[in-house]
Amino acid sequence: MRYFDQPAHVLHDMLKQKEISAVELTQDVLKRIDEVEGSVGAYLTLTKEAALEQAGKVDEKLAKGEEIPFLAGIPGAIKDNICTKGIKTTCASKILEHFIPPYDATVMTKLKAESPVLLGKTNLDEFAMGGSTENSAYHVTRNPWNTDDVPGGSSGGSAAAVAAGTAIWALGSDTGGSIRQPASFCGVVGLKPTYGRVSRYGLVAYASSLDQIGPLTRDVADAAHLLNVISGHDDMDATSSATVVPDFTASLREDVKGLKIGLPKEYFTKGMDPEVERAVRAAIETYRSLGAEVIEISLPHTEYAISTYYLIAPAEAATNLQRYDGVSYGERVEGSDLVEMMTNTRTEKFGEEVKRRIMIGNYALSAGYYDAYYLKALKVRTLIQQDYTEAFSRVDVIMCPTAPTTAYPIGSMISDPLQMYLQDICTVPLNLAGLPGISIPCGRSSQGMPIGLQIIGKALDEETILRAAYTYEQSQDYHKEMAPLGGKH
Amino acid sequence: MNYEAVIGLEIHCELKTKTKIFCGCATGFGAEQNTHVCPVCLGLPGVLPTINKRVVEFAIKAGLATNCKINQYSKFDRKNYYYPDLPKNWQTSQYDLPICVNGWVDIDVDGEKKRIRLTRIHMEEDAGKLVHSGTTIKDSLSSDVDYNRTGVPLLEIVSEPDMRSAAEARAYMEKIKAIMEYIDVSNCRMEEGNLRADINVSLRPEGSETLGTRTEMKNINSFKNLEDAINYEIERQTEVLEDGGHVVQETRTFDPARGITLSMRSKENAHDYRYMPEPDLPPIITSDETIEKYRQELPELPDARRARLEKEYGLSDYDAGIITSSRAMAEYFDAVVGTGADPKLAANWIMGDLAKNLNEENLDIAQSPVSAERLGKMIGLIMKDTISGKIAKKVFKEMWTSPDDPEKIVKEKGLVQITDTSAIEPAVDAAIASNPKAVAEYKGGKKKALGALVGQVMKATRGKANPQMVNQLLAQKLAE
Repeated sequence: MRYFDQPAHVLHDMLKQKEISAVELTQDVLKRIDEVEGSVGAYLTLTKEAALEQAGKVDEKLAKGEEIPFLAGIPGAIKDNICTKGIKTTCASKILEHFIPPYDATVMTKLKAESPVLLGKTNLDEFAMGGSTENSAYHVTRNPWNTDDVPGGSSGGSAAAVAAGTAIWALGSDTGGSIRQPASFCGVVGLKPTYGRVSRYGLVAYASSLDQIGPLTRDVADAAHLLNVISGHDDMDATSSATVVPDFTASLREDVKGLKIGLPKEYFTKGMDPEVERAVRAAIETYRSLGAEVIEISLPHTEYAISTYYLIAPAEAATNLQRYDGVSYGERVEGSDLVEMMTNTRTEKFGEEVKRRIMIGNYALSAGYYDAYYLKALKVRTLIQQDYTEAFSRVDVIMCPTAPTTAYPIGSMISDPLQMYLQDICTVPLNLAGLPGISIPCGRSSQGMPIGLQIIGKALDEETILRAAYTYEQSQDYHKEMAPLGGKH
Repeated sequence: MNYEAVIGLEIHCELKTKTKIFCGCATGFGAEQNTHVCPVCLGLPGVLPTINKRVVEFAIKAGLATNCKINQYSKFDRKNYYYPDLPKNWQTSQYDLPICVNGWVDIDVDGEKKRIRLTRIHMEEDAGKLVHSGTTIKDSLSSDVDYNRTGVPLLEIVSEPDMRSAAEARAYMEKIKAIMEYIDVSNCRMEEGNLRADINVSLRPEGSETLGTRTEMKNINSFKNLEDAINYEIERQTEVLEDGGHVVQETRTFDPARGITLSMRSKENAHDYRYMPEPDLPPIITSDETIEKYRQELPELPDARRARLEKEYGLSDYDAGIITSSRAMAEYFDAVVGTGADPKLAANWIMGDLAKNLNEENLDIAQSPVSAERLGKMIGLIMKDTISGKIAKKVFKEMWTSPDDPEKIVKEKGLVQITDTSAIEPAVDAAIASNPKAVAEYKGGKKKALGALVGQVMKATRGKANPQMVNQLLAQKLAE
């Protein structure tokens, strides 16, 4: 029997029943990594020895008859922009090539309390800027459903690892869709929690007012379990919510009777792959047949979301990334004086997309342009938030595709950043509004590539989107299929 | 043409919180390099700031003590510029919604009162310090960065350009220092950089309402430098204008050794700080109740204390002004008076011998070897006629180096005033006998001649005779 294709909740039960040991499970996943990581490239750093050690400790506990927490002994992976004490955290950037954080992100502290098995750090677009993981300074990650295609991004490594069975679960981060879109491309479940639900302390900042950490998992139940582990107020993050965290696994029940689903007409327009639209509409029909009520709604400022996002995110990024100057940590490229040293360091060690966004951001913040760009973007952001407030006075959840297309071939869009940015149309507005969203598999294209359904909830109402997602998941088997790891069909 | 100087000050005041503004590191001065640091103040990847609530409290109290309006919705902003002592390459500061706005303080120059308006007070973090391998940056092969000071909380107190002379600017800064000391939010030790000022100076023809082009001088950290820099700059700008030139808007540095200002950078090279709201810190919302609570907690402030000293003790406006110019001195005064000492005598001794001795040894009043209690006891001896004022000066000098009570000193040194008539009489008789000239003059109507005789008696009694009694006895005997 193989274990790497099982969800964490199944493996947790098997560990408790002593049907397998944590070491056996870990060895199975490590073997899978040996077999397929060469063709997927999900990881930047592997910590195999530490993983086996951690698994051994869980087995000791089990042998003593101790109770184990949910994630104990279950192998998972961490996106490489989340700080891990003693383990390299590069953000897929050359500027942090040898950076080893002296501290753990709050999510790591919370995870470690569960004694999971940590396999390593996953690939991403440099500093999480991108939607294909092609902007990694190290290597591309391939989509396990078709290794000629991108896995999406920026959490492409985490999504690909879960899809390939080289991790049972993974953490990603989502600033404009970076969990949901790769989850959609790789046929896994990806949840972006409400802004403030999960502490950002230790998540290397891209755009502080938009970033949020969340899980990538094989099914909805695992997403609920992981959210239980990582949520909660943190004194180290002033923007984290003080709201009491419910038990999200209580939402794992089939119940959408009377659920009001909003369908925003603005999300089903030009540029959408007809196969994607067909699959999403079919999923919505399933909900209707299960007793949900479907209501067409309007989110009128959607068309401005991309431009708003690509002003606010780069502006925040431009300042957040100022700290990489070669002075006290990270890489340094020498120069004849201080300014030259800083300039050389940043010129040589940042990638093209990062530099592009730094320039956009600084332009938007510079004297004389601030009001026309940044301030206006903040105002439009408020309008987009109001759109959702208005819509949520009438519906319980909003559904739409996660991405307008399925995964595309590696290299096909990298030279056209604007076209790439437009891919974010369905995901970006949630980050601007701070709302939770989940992407679940809802079909396959004629090429066999996964299609994702996005379910958007009210602020701090992850429970309803988890319940809706779980109910749909029970009606089909997409989440049980493993990626074939092939080339072009 | 006569020119009028227009001066405004931005005062940076380091707050005396135990920990830094956005992390839990200690704020102490003088620790080993890079020992008061953590991932947050080092700006490591992934860290986030959290606000030290004491800083907000201190800022609001500073605002209330300077008659400001408190912005109940205030926020932090990022002020972006690259410098190696600034690990994030932005300073977390406040831009368009500072915590306090529109205040004022009253100053006093040569007996004239004047109101100086405050534009704003905002909170921000201090930067670290470069430690050059050589003596200056130019002759250094390398520089280290000490991040201990990074994140130490600062208030920036910005005045309107309401001052017209160096003396006014000094009086204003002294007033701000006094207020910050009174409300106990800063140590205000200028030599440690707790309090430093950026000065803006411009000139305009007398009577004109339009502002001239200004220059700025940064990081002035003593009252003397403040006055010298302003006076030099007024002179320099006057010369430029009188020669038909234009003042260039620029930042200048003050060289205290030479007493001159030098051009540092012009406006063309000025920074574009690309201010942006700080997304990692929620806005600071302050309720009416909180403001009221802080208002209640404020101590008596310098102006009120000065008025009280005048009213309760009959001190002159001038004396009360000096006594209340620092909280420590005002408290010392209260403690002296608390022993039963006469307030006017207390004020005279504090402003006289005590101040002189402290100055000579460069001591704070808190470090005075003569405690308020001992000075009070000594004044008590004067009031009881145990010693004269003149003898008291000797006693005070003794007390400066000896921990003994004044009574003990007076006894041991035999300084007790002679108030026994029979003990003074022989000296009086001797003085009359040996100074016939003075006696004749006195008897001839020249009353001043008595002074010489008094002097003789005092000399003979080594200053211990009660001067009033000597006067009395002499007058009596000469009238016989």
